[in-house]
Amino acid sequence: MPIDLSVRDVSKRFGSFTAVDHVSFEVETGKFFSILGPSGCGKTTLLRMIAGFYDFSSGSIAIRGQDMAGVEANKRPVKLVFQHLALFPMMDVKENIAFGLRRRGERGVAVRRKVDDILDRVGLPGFGDKKINQLSGGQMQRVAIARCLVLEPVVLLLDEPLGALDLKLREHMKVELKKLQTEVGTTFVYITHDQSEAMVMSDYVAVMNRGHFEQLDTPQNLYSNPATSFVAQFVGENNKIAGKLDRDGSGHFFITLEGGMRLLVAKPATLQAGESVEVFVRPEAMSINPGPTPEGMNKVTVVVKAVLFDGGNSRLLCVIEGSSKELLVRLPQAVPYEVKAHDRICVVWDPARAVCFRSAGVKTYDEL
Amino acid sequence: MMNSRKRKIGWGFVIFFTPVFLWLALLFVLPHLELLRLSFLGTDYYGKSGVTLENYAAFFKEPAYWMTCARTAVYSIIVTLIILMIALPMAFYITKVVGLRVRGLLTLMIVVPFWVSVLIRVYGWMIILRESGIINRVLIGLGIWKTPLEMLYNDASLMVGLVHTNLLFMLVPIIGVMDSLDNSLIEAGSNLGAGKLMIWWKIIIPHCMTGIMSGSIIVFMLVTGSYITPALMGGKNSQWFTQQIYNQFIIAFNWNQGAAFGFLLLAISSLIVWVALRITGQKLGEVVK
Repeated sequence: MPIDLSVRDVSKRFGSFTAVDHVSFEVETGKFFSILGPSGCGKTTLLRMIAGFYDFSSGSIAIRGQDMAGVEANKRPVKLVFQHLALFPMMDVKENIAFGLRRRGERGVAVRRKVDDILDRVGLPGFGDKKINQLSGGQMQRVAIARCLVLEPVVLLLDEPLGALDLKLREHMKVELKKLQTEVGTTFVYITHDQSEAMVMSDYVAVMNRGHFEQLDTPQNLYSNPATSFVAQFVGENNKIAGKLDRDGSGHFFITLEGGMRLLVAKPATLQAGESVEVFVRPEAMSINPGPTPEGMNKVTVVVKAVLFDGGNSRLLCVIEGSSKELLVRLPQAVPYEVKAHDRICVVWDPARAVCFRSAGVKTYDEL
Repeated sequence: MMNSRKRKIGWGFVIFFTPVFLWLALLFVLPHLELLRLSFLGTDYYGKSGVTLENYAAFFKEPAYWMTCARTAVYSIIVTLIILMIALPMAFYITKVVGLRVRGLLTLMIVVPFWVSVLIRVYGWMIILRESGIINRVLIGLGIWKTPLEMLYNDASLMVGLVHTNLLFMLVPIIGVMDSLDNSLIEAGSNLGAGKLMIWWKIIIPHCMTGIMSGSIIVFMLVTGSYITPALMGGKNSQWFTQQIYNQFIIAFNWNQGAAFGFLLLAISSLIVWVALRITGQKLGEVVK
C-alpha cells in the first residue's frame, strides 16, 4: 500500500512548552486513521501542522511522498474539516462547495456538475441554494465534508467535527462518516477526544498524551492489549487497582489490597517484585457468582453499591468487602440477573485477562 | 394600582424623551425647516421678495458652484476610499494579528490623537508640511534639498489632512465587525486553496461589509461637510463646497443662496450614499445598527 501521509519525528514547541514531542507515523492510502487524546494533548497542534497553519520546530511531513516543508497552507493537497465547520455564512451551500474549485480556476458547467455530484454523495441532493443558517447541525456537517471532498484531497483531516452535535446525531454521523470514507476511499485523519468515535470508525488509532504517541494500533489491539497505563485508562472502561508487586513461595505474583486480600497478577517481563504497579481489569472480564472456580483465578467478595442501568452496557458499582476499593462489573446480558444494591456477590476473573503496568501516576480527567 | 404603574412608566418616558425631543426639534428640525424656507425665498431685481427657485438655479448656472460641488463629492469619495484602504489592514492587524495587550495599546494610540481638536491636528500637519516646516528643515539640513519646497495648499496636502482627521471614524466600526469574524473562516479559505487576496475579497470584506458601509457613510458625510481642514490645508484651487456655503452666509450675506447650497450638498451626499448602499447590496437599517 502506498503511503499518503508520513510524519517523521515532528516536534512543536511554543516557548518552553512542547506541544508535540517527536511524533512519527505513517498513514496508508484509503485508511481511516484517528488520533485520540485528552484535550491539551497536542493533537490539534499536530493536525494544524499537517494542514500548514503552524510551522514545526523539527522533523518533516510528507504527503504522498512530497515534502511539505515551505509549502503554503493553500497549496497543500490536504483539506481540513474544522471543529466548528467554518462554513462561509456569506455564501450559500453551492458557493461554499464551489469555493475551492473556483480557486483552482475551474469555471462554468463543470463546477456545477461537481457540486451536484458531491451533494448527492453526502445525501443532500438539491440543497445547493440553501443558506448556511437554514441547515441543521448534521446537514452543515455534511456540507463541510462535501466542501473538502469535492477537491479530491489526498488526505482529509477532521478536527473533532462531531463534537458540537447532540448524542443521537453523533452516533448516527459516526456510522455515516465511516460509510462515506469507505465509499470515497479517501484517506481520513480524524482527531478526537472521544474514544468511542475513534474505535468505531478507525482502521488505526494513535493514542496521544502530553505531546507524544502512547500507542499506535488497531482499535481491537488498543482495547485488549494496551501498551501503557495511560492507554489502559483512556481507551474503554477499566478498573484500576494500585498496589505493590509481591511474589509468593510458589512463584506467583500478587498485589495486596488494604485489608490483606491478595490479587493474583500475570507479571509482565519488565517488572520486578517490590515495584508499585497498577493493575487494570475490564468490567466485562469479570464474571459474577460463576460457581466453582479453578485454581489461579482471582475470587473477590464484593458488596453492590449501585446498579448502573444502561441497557446493554449495564454495570454494577461494587466495593470489595473489607476495603474501600471500587470495582465496575458488567452485568451479563445473556441471562437476566437479579441484583440489588447492598447484595453480596462473588466476582471472579482470570489474572491473564488483566494487564499490569509500573505505576505511572497519570490520571485521566474522569478520575478524581 | 395598574393605573399608577402605567403613569409611572409614562413619566419616565417623558423625562427621558423630552431632552432628546428638544434637542432634535430645536437644534435640528426647526433650523432646517427655516433654512428650507429661506432657500426658496429671494429678492428680485427690483427689491421685491418672494418665492423663487432662483437660488437652486444659480447653482447650475454658475460653473464655479457646481464644479466645486462635484469636486467636493469626487474628492470625498476618494478620501473615503483611501481611508478604507488604510483602515482595513489596520483593523485586521489590531484584531487578528497582535495579542490582547498590544491591541489595547494600539487602540489607545489611535484614539488619543482624537482627544485633541481638529484645528490643533490640522496645525500639526501645517507645522510638518509648510515651507519652513519640519520636513523642509530636515531635508535642507541634510543637504538633500537646496531650496525649501511648499508642500501645503494643494490637493495632496488637503487629502493628507482629511484622511488623518477622519480615520478613526472608519476604524472603530470596522474593528467591531472584524472582531466578530471567526479566525477559522480565514483558515478554511486558505485550506481550500485561496490566496491572501481572495481571502480578503471573498471572506473578510463580505463579512465586514456592514462595518465598512457604516464607517464609509460617517466618513463621507464628515469629509463633505468638513470646513477647517480644506480651508487651512487646501490651496486656492482646492476649494471645498462648504467654503461656498460659508461665503454665501458670511461674506455675501445671502442666506437664501447659502441655504439652497446647504440643501444641495445634503441631497447630493445622500444620493451618493444611497447609490453606494445599492451597489454593495446593504440596507441602511443594518448598516447603522
